[in-house]
Amino acid sequence: MSTRFFGAPVKRNEDRKLLTGQALFIDDVELPDMLHVAFLRSQVAHARLKQIDVSRARQRPGVVAVYVAEDYGDYWQPGPLLVQPPPIPGSTFNPRTQVPLARDKVRYVGEPLAVVVAESRYLAEDALDDIDVELETLPAVVDIEQALTSSSVPVHDDLGSNVAAHVHQVKGDYRKAAANAQIILKRRFRYEHGISSPIETRGVVAHWNARGQQMTIWDTTQAPVFIRNGLAAMLGLGERQVRVIAPFVGGGFGPKIMMFYPEEVGLPWISMRLNRPVKWIEDRLEHFVATTHERGQIHDAEIALAADGRILGVKDVFLHDTGAYNTYGLTVPINSQCTLLGPYVIPAYDSTFTAVFTNLPIVTPYRGAGRQHGVFVIERLLDLAARELGIDRAEIRRRNLIPPDAFPYNNQIIFQDFAPLSYDSGNYEPVLAKALDAIGYQRFLKEEQPKFREEGRCVGIGVACYVEGTGIGPYEGAKVQVQANGKVNVATGIGTQGQGHFTSFAQIVADQLGVDPSDVDIVTGDTDQFYWGAGTFASRGAVVAGNAVSEASAAVRRKALKLAADAFECAEEDLVLADGKVSIAGIPGKFIRLGELAQRANPMRGAVRPGTEPGLESTQYFGPPSGATANGVHAAIVEIDPLTLELKVLKYVVVHDCGTVINPMILEGQIHGGVAQGIGNAFFEKLAFDDQGQLLNASLADYLLPTALDVPRMELDHTVTPSPLNPLGIKGAGEAGAIPVGAVFAQAIEDALQLTSRKVELLEIPLSPSRLFELTRQEDA
Amino acid sequence: MQPDHHEIELTVNGTRYRRTVESRLLLSDFLRHELGLAGTHVGCEHGVCGACTILLDGDPVRSCLMLAVQANGHALATVEGLAPASGELHPVQQAMHAHHGLQCGYCTPGILMTMTAYLNEHPSPSEDEVREALSGNLCRCTGYQNIVDAMMDAAARMREEAP
Ligand code: FES
Ligand code: FES
Repeated sequence: MSTRFFGAPVKRNEDRKLLTGQALFIDDVELPDMLHVAFLRSQVAHARLKQIDVSRARQRPGVVAVYVAEDYGDYWQPGPLLVQPPPIPGSTFNPRTQVPLARDKVRYVGEPLAVVVAESRYLAEDALDDIDVELETLPAVVDIEQALTSSSVPVHDDLGSNVAAHVHQVKGDYRKAAANAQIILKRRFRYEHGISSPIETRGVVAHWNARGQQMTIWDTTQAPVFIRNGLAAMLGLGERQVRVIAPFVGGGFGPKIMMFYPEEVGLPWISMRLNRPVKWIEDRLEHFVATTHERGQIHDAEIALAADGRILGVKDVFLHDTGAYNTYGLTVPINSQCTLLGPYVIPAYDSTFTAVFTNLPIVTPYRGAGRQHGVFVIERLLDLAARELGIDRAEIRRRNLIPPDAFPYNNQIIFQDFAPLSYDSGNYEPVLAKALDAIGYQRFLKEEQPKFREEGRCVGIGVACYVEGTGIGPYEGAKVQVQANGKVNVATGIGTQGQGHFTSFAQIVADQLGVDPSDVDIVTGDTDQFYWGAGTFASRGAVVAGNAVSEASAAVRRKALKLAADAFECAEEDLVLADGKVSIAGIPGKFIRLGELAQRANPMRGAVRPGTEPGLESTQYFGPPSGATANGVHAAIVEIDPLTLELKVLKYVVVHDCGTVINPMILEGQIHGGVAQGIGNAFFEKLAFDDQGQLLNASLADYLLPTALDVPRMELDHTVTPSPLNPLGIKGAGEAGAIPVGAVFAQAIEDALQLTSRKVELLEIPLSPSRLFELTRQEDA
Repeated sequence: MQPDHHEIELTVNGTRYRRTVESRLLLSDFLRHELGLAGTHVGCEHGVCGACTILLDGDPVRSCLMLAVQANGHALATVEGLAPASGELHPVQQAMHAHHGLQCGYCTPGILMTMTAYLNEHPSPSEDEVREALSGNLCRCTGYQNIVDAMMDAAARMREEAP
């Protein structure tokens, strides 16, 4: 096999459609006779639902139907628990999952109460105003600390408290570590992560074909196979009767894999009931409350260190806001708990968290998925320790890195994929060294910063390390098929939201089969094209599906060589597979095209020999035993205007190791986008709720996403430590860019403003200019 | 005709259309759902994201902030009309492909329309000027760097092509 394309910055196959306005996104699905749906959403966060009167709405011209929870009958069921909690002894987990329409109680602003179906979306929205709702308002549970006090009302009455989960994980003996420590530092950290806010919101189109007894659902989901299986069961249909298509999806970043959103449950049922296609497209204002968030945690963390800066142990107790329902299990807080350990040797770790129900929208993973929170805590603790012990910030990190001969490195606690948190491979010190070199760390501190300070400019530097568990199971599959026209078709079960799968998978196939990547058509996210799979999440698409694609194309390659060897009556070793044909080495005129082999593999006459199958195709599955661990270092030099506290990034460096790289251009794009989201997270993106659980900044004019003026040019570099857990040696990279940005900026801002001398510590994210003003003014006063 | 409906006539990408529309119909909805020109995307419906940007008599406007009736008598251009008929891509499209300036591609049509209009008027922008021109279009995927590089390259390609 040649590697002409694997590892090369091949331009994307999918671009042309997207650049010319021809790609099919959810709202582009138009069907004859289609009806449109609008949801009536709760305006209050916590209330008993006394009565809903929809009679006026039903009479409005153009309205076809209006449904409330009772109308769903037996179809009304709380959603499934999407992710089971890992089996951690002694944990508590109280699953409470979201409902298709609120029935007795509403638990967050935005929870759907009723659904209107009309001839147009305009008419459906008109009719929302005709619905009369009678509510008995209850106190809203918004603050996660107050939520746990005995005076707080419960979000779920039957639970009696707001504890969604309580988990304690231990490694080593923290008490002993603390007893031997030179210093122990303890702080309280608050980390807020926001809403992923893809530029395309969510949407669902459902089309029940009564004659064919077939349900087709277009859905902006990251996990079409799960959606099909779940909905088929709920609708009383066989899985073969339901086809779920995730078309081009305009960004996901996590929240497009909730299951099931109330709209996903409602629309197929409505389509069956009315026997017409129905469409719902989320508008941006809905998106802020109807699509899941990630939000915040409060950590009380302490670190015990030896005099030379070696970490002896870490203890952490944290609260996690899970929102009104905890459908996604423990994924986010477990990620925080595990990722806190970072690339460091931490012999003793004692970590406890309590996940808390609140009257706020549901929390599920958003790019980084809780990892940011953990990384922020350990990185800030190391900064404080460096200062206390008089050690350089980069040096204290270097001293604690896991050495290269310690892999696989078992951290002993349990990760989100149920496997022990074990790092498969890594070589951390060169990554740190490269990053320090690229940012010019020593030169900055010794020469540049003193000069800036003389000029009265506030310029500082930050550097932070992280690891990222990626590419977790269970499995993905792929079917690779050579067609009679010589083109290769590949189908997988994952969805794609811009990650370039149409190209990176084509590169894998192209090398195996000796074709050009542009001759490989990839189909993702159509359950009729590929039946099995899990989805695109946890930086796993390239790792898990990529390896399945590789194995399937290797099998097709073997078949092609065997067929050609039979045709030429020669040995397979004498054959060359290149340029879309199999030829005999040294005899260029003697060849057979792949398309022709595909035809021969499906003969009109004669028998297919026992033990062989027709068709030049293969379906293979790949499931890694556990996740592959990527790692990296970000470093930044920032300047702050001391008056306005506005920040300018002068230089931003990312050095990372995500194993073998399929397409460096696509990989860099993933990192760029991640850093941009990290910058939004670090500075602007805070979901601001009042004490009634109302989101105060629910528009893009108020919740600011970074623009081209906010995101700096980034300098990227990488090292390669292949993963031993998959044949291609890949580790995931989708989230790496976003994870350590908050930690880097807090450190760089402290340095720029010399906050240490003013006894101000930045222990929270986001740090908008106004928040920085508050924090620095408090101390000055 | 119902009282709230109006007859409008306009051209989009050089094709003339005559339709009867309700006065409250957004221009973005009209283009996407009445004319089937779904390449213009809608990301916010409140004028912030820029995904719905089209050209109205050559100037970029947000089609979610206009009513279809307001476009009566005007000449519109959308992403579907950007590439010349030959099948070649417009230099801005070529550069976006060459520099990996798009990931999910949802923001892309708005960016293409905003920036072609900009580059037509500013053939030799600096990087800072490109960033400024781009700052009204939100992209959640790319971090903008590759788009900026694409636009600098597109400007060069367009200068070369200009007579
Ligand atoms: S959809 Fe028009 S600006 Fe966002
Ligand atoms: S490419 Fe996805 S929003 Fe810009």
